[in-house]
Amino acid sequence: MDLALKPEHKAFADEVRAFARANLSPATKAKTFSGKHYDKDDHIQWQKALGRQGWLAYTWPRKYGGPGWDVTQRFLFENVLAEEGAPRIIPFGPKMVGPVIYTFGTDEQKERFLPGIRSSEVSWCQGYSEPGAGSDLASLRTKAVRAKDATGDHYIVNGQKTWTSFAHWGDWIFCLVRTNPEAKIQEGISFLLIDMKTPGVTVRPIVMLDGAHHVNDVFLDNVKVPVENRIGKEGEGWTCAKFLLANERLGIAEVPSSKRGVRSLKDIARAEPMDGRTLADDPAFTAQIADLDLQVQALEMSELRALSTMALGGAPGPEVSTLKIRGSEIQQRITELTMEAVGAYAAPYQPGLLFQDTNETPVGPDHAPPAAPRYFNFRKTSIYGGSNEIQKNIVSKMVLGL
Amino acid sequence: MDLSLSDEQKQLQDAAERFVRDKYTFENRRKIAATEKGWLTENWAQMAELGWLGMAFSEEDGGYGGGPIETMIVMEQFGKGLVLEPFLPTVVLGGGMIAKAGSKAQKESLLAPMIEGKKQFAFAWLERQSRYNLADVSLKATKEGNGWSLSGHKGVVYNAPSADHIIVLARTSGSAREEKGLTLFVVDAKAKGITRRDYPTQDALRASELTFDKVSVGADAVLGKVDDAFGVVEDAVDHAIVALCAEATGCMDAINAATLEYIKTRKQFGVPIGKFQVLQHRMVDCFTNAQEARSMTLMASLKIDDKDSVVRRKAASGAKVQIGKSGKFCGQSAVQMHGGMGVTDELSVSHYFKRLTMIDLMFGNQQHHLTRYSNLAMAA
Ligand SMILES: Cc1cc2nc3c(=O)[nH]c(=O)nc-3n(C[C@H](O)[C@H](O)[C@H](O)COP(=O)(O)OP(=O)(O)OC[C@H]3O[C@@H](n4cnc5c(N)ncnc54)[C@H](O)[C@@H]3O)c2cc1C
Ligand SMILES: Cc1cc2nc3c(=O)[nH]c(=O)nc-3n(C[C@H](O)[C@H](O)[C@H](O)COP(=O)(O)OP(=O)(O)OC[C@H]3O[C@@H](n4cnc5c(N)ncnc54)[C@H](O)[C@@H]3O)c2cc1C
Repeated sequence: MDLALKPEHKAFADEVRAFARANLSPATKAKTFSGKHYDKDDHIQWQKALGRQGWLAYTWPRKYGGPGWDVTQRFLFENVLAEEGAPRIIPFGPKMVGPVIYTFGTDEQKERFLPGIRSSEVSWCQGYSEPGAGSDLASLRTKAVRAKDATGDHYIVNGQKTWTSFAHWGDWIFCLVRTNPEAKIQEGISFLLIDMKTPGVTVRPIVMLDGAHHVNDVFLDNVKVPVENRIGKEGEGWTCAKFLLANERLGIAEVPSSKRGVRSLKDIARAEPMDGRTLADDPAFTAQIADLDLQVQALEMSELRALSTMALGGAPGPEVSTLKIRGSEIQQRITELTMEAVGAYAAPYQPGLLFQDTNETPVGPDHAPPAAPRYFNFRKTSIYGGSNEIQKNIVSKMVLGL
Repeated sequence: MDLSLSDEQKQLQDAAERFVRDKYTFENRRKIAATEKGWLTENWAQMAELGWLGMAFSEEDGGYGGGPIETMIVMEQFGKGLVLEPFLPTVVLGGGMIAKAGSKAQKESLLAPMIEGKKQFAFAWLERQSRYNLADVSLKATKEGNGWSLSGHKGVVYNAPSADHIIVLARTSGSAREEKGLTLFVVDAKAKGITRRDYPTQDALRASELTFDKVSVGADAVLGKVDDAFGVVEDAVDHAIVALCAEATGCMDAINAATLEYIKTRKQFGVPIGKFQVLQHRMVDCFTNAQEARSMTLMASLKIDDKDSVVRRKAASGAKVQIGKSGKFCGQSAVQMHGGMGVTDELSVSHYFKRLTMIDLMFGNQQHHLTRYSNLAMAA
């Protein structure tokens, strides 16, 4: 056992850093550190650069066009990119549907879909949740009925998906649909890939509490989907869904960005005036930062332990749920303390500075405008990807046997 | 001991409840928040007519002889409706300081019209470096003939866009952060030399950054004694804190009620989610938190006019700590129990959550008041 990096890993980290410095647009990087929201171009340009380098699908095996990195390399890659201020990779293609396709898809499907995911040429979104099916995902009701016409075998899909992140940027959506209303609820579900340009697909924005627009309702009205867009057998969509959720939960511990968050919190504390000195001179406040710092360390080490199990060929088990729980709580605590560090100047609401390219100046210090909106917005992290209550149900059942 | 409301106080509570029910449905509030000034003249006129703008002032000051309990009753209902009219800056802070420190002439020219609904105030104390320290004031007032000249900056001044007068805390002598050497000035909001930058706040109120560039005022603009404003300010802010605590208890009641209703009706896994014990217990904790908040607010409202300043200060800080803690718990829990719906703009929960969050940051957050309380308690 050894925590220290081997020389070849140091060289690898340097390579990643050099790549980020050469390829990440300064404007995008500035948004990361100022807390401004990215637009689609920020994400796509960066992801395309990663794609050209063969690094976008960095968790994939070589066989499917991934770099075939070991656990340490992935860890370094994520950390260095976070330090350099890269936007997080939108997970729906490379981290979610990609692995589903190469694990459960046919050779034709792999050839058809994987290249666009690896290059970020095609943007994906996730159509799981419905108004009536959130935590109880398996109760989903979007219906897909088999039909045949001159153009071949297809499904006619009807229903509504909701909370669909980045559907407004999506070219394709992967959906869980009910293909057999008679079967046991999990067994009647299939996994379909739907081109968002198909007639009958409508996207409607949902405004979040901080004014942000990331999520959407997606209405599916007699949408015709060729049968060859189904991944896995009919009725086996739930297997794909669960496989994907386990991957999703690992990704959303967000350790590298939390480390960045703690660093920036320290910077803010050093910059915030208090009684002629700074907030960093207030032991009551710095103790709270230190506590958070330690929480991040515990999380990171737990994640490394999980990754190391995976490196030895183990699949991510239900214990990754604990990473998601703690990861979300830590992210929320960072945003909370950051807002408290800003104090009274967290009150001015300047949406122009968060969402648009305006030359408006901040009312208070530069770090103030995103502080409260981020705190509000990040309440989502204990809700999405399976709420923390649901994660705890999973741990108590699957890990503790309750 | 008697902790029940008098008949008159019950009538006041009913009237405030009615006002909120009629004027502050969630959809109405959304419309009011979207207007240019962010509150309604007709609502303000109605508050004047109902006597709310004068209820906490003595009869000799033109008021109706009530006090902090009356303020508590009304603010609690305002919290339930997320009322946007500038009661706190105008009546509690501005009116409170004028009643406490104002000359007879000032009471006649400022307080009387305020009670009639004809004048509004904003209180400019905070500066970029002040954080929560009321004495950390560097805006300077220097003698100029018979009067004064004010220069410097004030920040996050609530209701400045609508105020007729800005009550400015300025340094007239002493060094940075010294309590001695502070003076209050009542300045015409349109005075030459004041530049305003207006903005909405996270919780749909309005505030401004104010720059004072050699703003000339007469000697009669001084509120209270020169160099001796700190006590008046601290006391007014402590009263405002207690009023905010009452508002927060109203917010908590409303957000808890909305959440309880939601978990009874939202179904997952074939049952209302309120059937899950983890949510039941969290809901119970929300109610417990709101109860504690209400208790501490009542305690503070009863003590805030105490003769002993240590008692007053401890009461305000103690209640503010509780409100910070309970408000955060209720706000975060409500959002969590609403699932995705909780983080949308569409439902009222997120709006209560934002208001509760901002209340914590006003006049010192939970941590600040815990420190202040502990300094006072350990000294005694
Ligand atoms: C910002 C955001 C982005 C999202 N992006 C996507 C996306 O891209 N694609 C997608 O498909 N979905 C997405 N989601 C949806 C997300 O997965 C759901 O919000 C989540 O699964 C919770 O479902 P719900 O919102 O319906 O809440 P509900 O299921 O109604 O839950 C409400 C409350 O009840 C609790 N609860 C429910 N069941 C139980 C139980 N058995 N025991 C104890 N407590 C329980 C929950 O924990 C929660 O606190 C997103 C959500 C958000 C907020
Ligand atoms: C110091 C002491 C003095 C006592 N004095 C008296 C006395 O004078 N007379 C008398 O009659 N009894 C007395 N008791 C007994 C006391 O009332 C019981 O201990 C208590 O009711 C809990 O029962 P239990 O110990 O069997 O624990 P259990 O009922 O077995 O509970 C174990 C744990 O499970 C939890 N739990 C149980 N059911 C549920 C549920 N439905 N939902 C969630 N959690 C649950 C409990 O909260 C607890 O954490 C005393 C106990 C103590 C410790």
